[in-house]
Amino acid sequence: MLETARQYRRYEKSPVEETRAFLEKIRSDPFNAFVTIDEAGALRDAQAAEELLKSQEPGALAGIPVAVKDNICTRGLRTTCASKILSDFVPTFDATVVKRLKEQGAVILGKTNLDEFAMGSTTTSSIAGPTRNPRDPSRTPGGSSGGSGAAVAAELCAGALGSDTGGSIRMPASFCGITGLKPTYGSVSRYGLVAFASSLDQIGPMAPTARDAAVLFDAIKGHDPLDSTSVPRDYGPTELDGIDLKGLRIGVPEEFFGEGLNPEVKAAVRSGIETLEDMGGRVVQIGLPHVGYGVAVYYIVATAEASSNLARYDGVRYGLRAQGALDLGDMYALTRATGFGPEVKRRIMLGTYALSAGYYDAYYRKASQVRTLIAQDFRRAFSRCDIIVGPTTPVTAFRLDEMIDDPLSLYLLDIYTIPANLAGLPALSIPCGFDSLGLPVGMQLMAPHFREDLLLGAGISFQDRTTYHQEGP
Amino acid sequence: MKAYDTVIGLEVHAQLLTRTKIFCGCSTKAGLSPNTNTCPVCTGMPGVLPVLNRKVVDFGIMLGLATGCRIASRCIFARKNYFYPDLPKGYQITQYEHPLCEGGEILIETGQGIKRIGITRIHMEEDAGKTIHDEKAPSSYVDYNRSGVPLLEIVSEPDITSTDEAVAYLRELRQILMYLGVCDGNMEEGSLRCDANVSVKPAGSSRYGTRTELKNMNSFRNVQRALQYEIERHIEIRESGGEVVQETLLWDPSRGVTVSMRSKEESHDYRYFPEPDLVPLEIDAAWIDGVRSGLPELPFARRKRFIGQYGLPAYDAGVLTQTKTVADYYEECVRLLDRPKEISNWIMTEVMRVLNEQGIAITGLNVSPEMLTGLIALIDRGSISGSMAKEVFAEMAATGDSAGSIVEKRGIGQISDEAELRSLAREIIDAYPDEAGRYRSGKAGLLGFFVGKLMKATRGEANPKLASRIIKELLEG
Repeated sequence: MLETARQYRRYEKSPVEETRAFLEKIRSDPFNAFVTIDEAGALRDAQAAEELLKSQEPGALAGIPVAVKDNICTRGLRTTCASKILSDFVPTFDATVVKRLKEQGAVILGKTNLDEFAMGSTTTSSIAGPTRNPRDPSRTPGGSSGGSGAAVAAELCAGALGSDTGGSIRMPASFCGITGLKPTYGSVSRYGLVAFASSLDQIGPMAPTARDAAVLFDAIKGHDPLDSTSVPRDYGPTELDGIDLKGLRIGVPEEFFGEGLNPEVKAAVRSGIETLEDMGGRVVQIGLPHVGYGVAVYYIVATAEASSNLARYDGVRYGLRAQGALDLGDMYALTRATGFGPEVKRRIMLGTYALSAGYYDAYYRKASQVRTLIAQDFRRAFSRCDIIVGPTTPVTAFRLDEMIDDPLSLYLLDIYTIPANLAGLPALSIPCGFDSLGLPVGMQLMAPHFREDLLLGAGISFQDRTTYHQEGP
Repeated sequence: MKAYDTVIGLEVHAQLLTRTKIFCGCSTKAGLSPNTNTCPVCTGMPGVLPVLNRKVVDFGIMLGLATGCRIASRCIFARKNYFYPDLPKGYQITQYEHPLCEGGEILIETGQGIKRIGITRIHMEEDAGKTIHDEKAPSSYVDYNRSGVPLLEIVSEPDITSTDEAVAYLRELRQILMYLGVCDGNMEEGSLRCDANVSVKPAGSSRYGTRTELKNMNSFRNVQRALQYEIERHIEIRESGGEVVQETLLWDPSRGVTVSMRSKEESHDYRYFPEPDLVPLEIDAAWIDGVRSGLPELPFARRKRFIGQYGLPAYDAGVLTQTKTVADYYEECVRLLDRPKEISNWIMTEVMRVLNEQGIAITGLNVSPEMLTGLIALIDRGSISGSMAKEVFAEMAATGDSAGSIVEKRGIGQISDEAELRSLAREIIDAYPDEAGRYRSGKAGLLGFFVGKLMKATRGEANPKLASRIIKELLEG
């Protein structure tokens, strides 16, 4: 991304040519990374970037072709959330992150695939069909931002935006062998992100390298008055030269290396940690005693919020409205029965149950309390270390025909990623090796709130020393 | 029939007079064509987020302070989940576990003296849109102009024990809201809405009876009628050995009955939970103090002060403080002319009559406090009579001219020129020598005869007091 920007400035490449080349590749994309391709819009953006590049300060992303997950609103461009219920929905406004990308001169190529309403880990429940992993098309790219993950891995865009509620950026980043950042809750505006679980959702960058992820992150981060949970503070630019890891205390939680972790993943992550040590980092054993409850807490909080967030898809104002209803109740029931897929329905039902009279205290309130305990675990841990390192996912990308059909087992794939969402912490996934099949393994780095500089800095330095992120499919 | 105690609690929704809606920048203006005052936020488009209008909090704190509530230092918003077409998000943003205000009171005047009605809580929330049903077609329409207009919900304790008290409470609350300038108090147009929880129990019993909830009472009269009907219905059921069913009822004003809307079993499970799109609202002492310093004197206190400071009867004080603007008008008049009772009489009669006739508020009256006190001063000086003054006032109210210029223009100033009256009086006495003689021989009642002649001679414009004194002097002198 940075190299392309340099080439633009030296007139070795032009945004229009570059955009055309990407569009050409997307048209014959065998991985089904996109739900909607916006050729006309992309070329218009590219033309504008040509002019922009002649100006004094063209913007960091001038002419850079990027992709946006299809649960982030784009004015005039269909935003489906991969759901039948929104299959014809065209937003009247840009999400704040899209507005910021455009202000920086970025070219938006189109909207990437996801699990319906970002609920899933495989990018298979989409109205646009499943997305395939460019590393091995018989396998899942992970999810829910699998379209963005595949698009970046297959070089169908220079970078992409994903959203992460329980691991939806980091998991596909890990499965596709790219870099993905789930920023601190409140550092990137959620305005225009179609809500799944409001207290957990966060938009973040997915890119070939930590450096590119940092450039994208810098473009989208910052306070937004339209999002009350966005935190007003001084957001300085990220240092793109990396950081000196000498003396950096690397917390390794024993809880992240227990039962269920694939031995090859474990070995790759261990070797990644050794690399960090070789670079000067000092490993500290830490404990996160409550993270074991993370998945349980997550599936109460996230589904409860989702049951409420998805109530607006009622067929009244926009989106699908089922025909032939006898009365109002029937219209709601038919519309939602037809419009939502099975996983979305399952989560709406779970969440509705968890909030019901008589169950609220046992489920939602209890989950919120445990969530506080998990956040406390991290606060304590960060008094003893600077970053926490472990695996992103317990396994590598699995075959689509070996799809796990038991939801509980699928939910456990998020076991290492969920805690950062529950605690609102930033977390980065970077490639740290391969399994015996040559599938990439992701290493997750977590830091205290608003310390993306540590994560991206360590990620950049790690990638300057390793080649995992460069080894293509 | 046994004796019963009535237990009533009221839930009042007050639409706030903020310029913009509670969670977006749309105007709160009513009466526009459907769906013109809307944006992605108040129509619940995918991806939008609420941003709290701080003016709503100011208004809530004002009402909380005015009713002696504790203002929460930290309060949170909650989602109330239910499906209805006029509710665009499928949930209403309201407050549940930690409301803005708790534990206040409103004092009402009853036949037995002053009574305290507890306020359980006051919280902020958003209004829904309006569903419009097409009677002819099998379709309905939704107008989201009202969606997101801010409301305060004021919940009373079940301290109200009669329909009269309920109405008195509602009037007092409405008056406070209007004094504070936070709500226009219009019940017919729905800016002020009242729901009630009603139950009856055997007199003196400490156990509450089964309650019903009443909705759709859009005037004081309807509140009174609906509550009366419902209380009688409860008593009848109990007297006939039946049991009151817990349910929500709608008042049908045309038939004068309450109609079941939904039973307890059909009642919604609103699945309240904290609104994750809004951060907890922290209210520090400085914020509260800032609001407090701008708080006007409230009706109850002002009534008491009017009685003490101006020596007014309680009735006058009540009428004059009914609205803040009338009370302000009165006080401005008294400041200009120290005749508190005369001014009170003028406002309660002539001024109120004009306001009613013209259908205006006192702020729209053509007669300013300066002009009204100017008129009263003319009477005091004897320039015009009391009855003449009423005509002059009517013309002032119609034209906006001052009393002085009307009196001059119409030539109706009283003749107070003593020399002129004296010479006229002399002519009259000379013209009726018999009557003059009879007066002088003790028939004092004939004084009125001469005064009447003098008034007639001046076409009623003679100052009657002066006329009487002159004639007396001439006859006796």
